[in-house]
Order: sequence, then structure tokens, then C-alpha cells
Amino acid sequence: MQVNENKEFEPLIVAFCCNWCSYAGADLSGTNRLNYPTNVKIIRVPCSCRVNPMFILRAFQRGADGVILCGCHPGDCHYTSGNYFTRRRMTLLFSMLDFLGIERDRTRVEWVSAAEGAKFAATMNEFTEAVKKLGPNRRLEDLRCRKQ
Amino acid sequence: MQEAMINRAKQLLADGTVNRVIGWKRGEFVYDVTPAIFETAEELDTEFVYDDFTAANVSKYLVKECKKEGKILAFLKPCDTYSFNQLTKEHRVVRDNVYIIGIPGGPKLDAEKIKAKGITGILGAKNDNGTLVIETLYGEEKMPYYEALSTKCESCKSKKHVVYDELIGEDGDVLDSDRFDMVEKLENMSAQERYDFWREQLSKCIRCNACRNVCPACTCEKCVFDNPDSGVENKAPADSFEENMFHIIRAFHVAGRCTDCGECSRVCPQNIPLHLLNRKFIKDINSLYGNYQAGEDTTSRAPLNDYKTDDCEASIVHERGVE
Repeated sequence: MQVNENKEFEPLIVAFCCNWCSYAGADLSGTNRLNYPTNVKIIRVPCSCRVNPMFILRAFQRGADGVILCGCHPGDCHYTSGNYFTRRRMTLLFSMLDFLGIERDRTRVEWVSAAEGAKFAATMNEFTEAVKKLGPNRRLEDLRCRKQ
Repeated sequence: MQEAMINRAKQLLADGTVNRVIGWKRGEFVYDVTPAIFETAEELDTEFVYDDFTAANVSKYLVKECKKEGKILAFLKPCDTYSFNQLTKEHRVVRDNVYIIGIPGGPKLDAEKIKAKGITGILGAKNDNGTLVIETLYGEEKMPYYEALSTKCESCKSKKHVVYDELIGEDGDVLDSDRFDMVEKLENMSAQERYDFWREQLSKCIRCNACRNVCPACTCEKCVFDNPDSGVENKAPADSFEENMFHIIRAFHVAGRCTDCGECSRVCPQNIPLHLLNRKFIKDINSLYGNYQAGEDTTSRAPLNDYKTDDCEASIVHERGVE
């Protein structure tokens, strides 16, 4: 979380992007000169399936206000089936976060292919706006990691 | 019941089918019944116990026991057989090294719930048509039977043994109980109410790891929570984040493999209803990916090791009603 000069809340968004599709999609949105917010910090992973539930929790612990996971479209996984497992896992994890009363809108899974630079930028703009509305993450933050 | 079990165990020891028996013995108090290994007929005669306080699931002990020399005799209640089957499926136990006698489960009592009524000095308890008659040091006490039941026995998923070599007593039915009632009640609360409920519960956690250690699905030799680099190894939770993290990850790691035996809640010294987290996963799996009961068989694929190309998207969670 940061506060800009106008004292407006600026969320920190962590985006896990798979190496083969979404990371290339982010690259494409850059080469196409499309804008997406600087709040988004991308972490490249070999496959969306590499993301362990602990990664998501750790991101929140270290100060993320929203976490988005991007992977290849179902059926297009570089490793054939990784994103199908991701889909089940993340559905259950998000449902559990919701069950514990943690805002479900802070988490999202989005499929972005390497050709969808525009979709990547649009998704990030939209997600950042949604998290901005929710305000700082308080329910799943580690007080010891809060930046003054 | 206890008599029949001891006699059969003695026979099997005598004819050399097995060389030891895993059952239960009493601790300091009558309601302190813990799993124990018996090697001789004398030990069985003097120490073996099976009564209404015998709630412990012995399946997990078999992970280590079945690697030893010779066969072991295990008495398994219906819910324990599901755990055993699940362990067989994951190649954690060797089925051939265990001789299983299925015994009727029957609802178990929770001494803590009896004590909560102010009844102390418990010497024994008997169900008399819905009233629990408790014999104590200070005379006879009574309380409603249902209120003394162990949380894990308040609802029962099955009285049918899914794996056994022989049965003592009769095999029951698979029940369709109302075990998701409490989960549904929580789901219908607002996010704030759910958050408050879980903060109140999880903030009691002292990270004794009893839930992890007792869980028949938690059999990793190296646990993620024992990793010295994790920052959460062997210590009490420092803040709400660490409490949430431990419980989310613990429940997640057994998702799709949890047989809903309820041991986690039973052993929790702080009485946190941990089984609700597991049941939430079971309920989600049932509704999103089709009904699945872990431990029912040894061949099907666990829901998280499997997928369908037309599974629902994760956004289904965000589309759900209550805010």
C-alpha cells in the first residue's frame, strides 16, 4: 500500500503471470504502448500451476492489496494441463478465503494469451480500480510487515 | 463388546496371524483413552479398553506400524476405515501387513462437554434412553445424552466399514447426515460476521500442531510448517495473519483427501471447530466437481489431482450472493 501526493490510496497489486502466455501478453501490451497502472508488480512463474496457495497468502502478508493470477487459456497450457489444476485449486482457495470473511474481490484468476496485450492492460486497469475501491487490505495483512 | 474384541485378539496372537495389536488403553482418568500397542495376552487382559470414550482413530499409527516386522491387528471403527483406505490409496500403508477387524463405531462421548456441565470426578457413563447417567466420585449425575456427544459424532457420515478382514458386530449403513448445516449457516452470514466468527475461533490457536499430528491425511514426512525458512516453524502465531495462514494451509493440504473423520476438532485443546474448514472444502468439491467421499475406494482420483476441461472458472466464487 502506498499513499500518493494527493493522499489517495494506491493499492499494491501482485500479478503472477505464466511464462508462456500472460508474461508474453504483458510484454505485448508494453510494446503496443498500452497503459496499465504502475501498482501492478509482475512475478513470472513457469506455469500458473506453479502458484501454491502459500504464494498468494505470502503476497498478502508482505503488503499486497490484491493478487491476480494469469495463465494460458484452458486447453492452451504449455505443459498440457497445468492451468486446469490451477483452476480447481484457486477456486477452492478463493472460496475458503471468502468463507473466512476475507474480501473475495481481492483475488482473481484471468486467462491471458500471448496475443492478448490489450486484454492484459484492460484487466489490470479494471482490477486495480476494483481493489482501490476496496481500500487497503486489513483482514489478511501481517502487522509486522506494514509500511509506515 | 470389549470382551469379544480381547478374545478375538488373543486368538489371533496365539495362532500367529499377527504379532501385535493396536487398540486403546486408559490413561490417568477413565475418560482418558489413548491408542496403545499390545504384544501379549496378559497386556490385553489388563489394559485393553473399548468404551464410549474411545474416540481416537488409530489409522495414522499404522503408517509407521505397518513398516515393522510381522502383521499387526487393528480395530477400526467405520470412520477409521475411510482413513485407512485413503492411506492405502496414497501408498502410505501396506494393506497386507495389517489385519483389520471392523468394529461398530457408535457415538462417542466428550468428557470436556460433561465437565462443562460442572460434573467432575467422572468414573463412568451410560446412555439410558437419551439421558446420560454419569457415575462420579460424588454420586450419580444426569445430563442429556446428545449434549455430551463428541463433536465428530454429532453427525455421522457412515456406519459402514469400507475395508476389513472380519467384522465384530454388524455393519451399518451409509448415512446421509446433516453435516454441512454449520457450514451453510456460516456461508449465509455476511463477510463481516464470518470474519468475526473466525477471528474469535482462530485467535485461540496456540499452534500446538495437535490437529496436524493427529490428522490421518497429514502424513508428509517433511511438513511445510516444520521448514525453518517458513518463519512459522515451532512457534505460537504472532498475529492474525499467521493464525489464518496456518489454518488455511492445513485445511488446503488435506482438501480432497480429508475423509471428515473429525479428529482435528476432537484433539484441539482450544476447542476450535477445525472440521468446519475441512467440511467447507468437501462441500465445495461436492457441489463444483461432483460428489466425492475420500477413502470410499482406493482407485478413484482425488478431486485436486484431477480436472475436467469444462470445470467452472474461479470467478464462480465472486459471483456468489452474500457480501
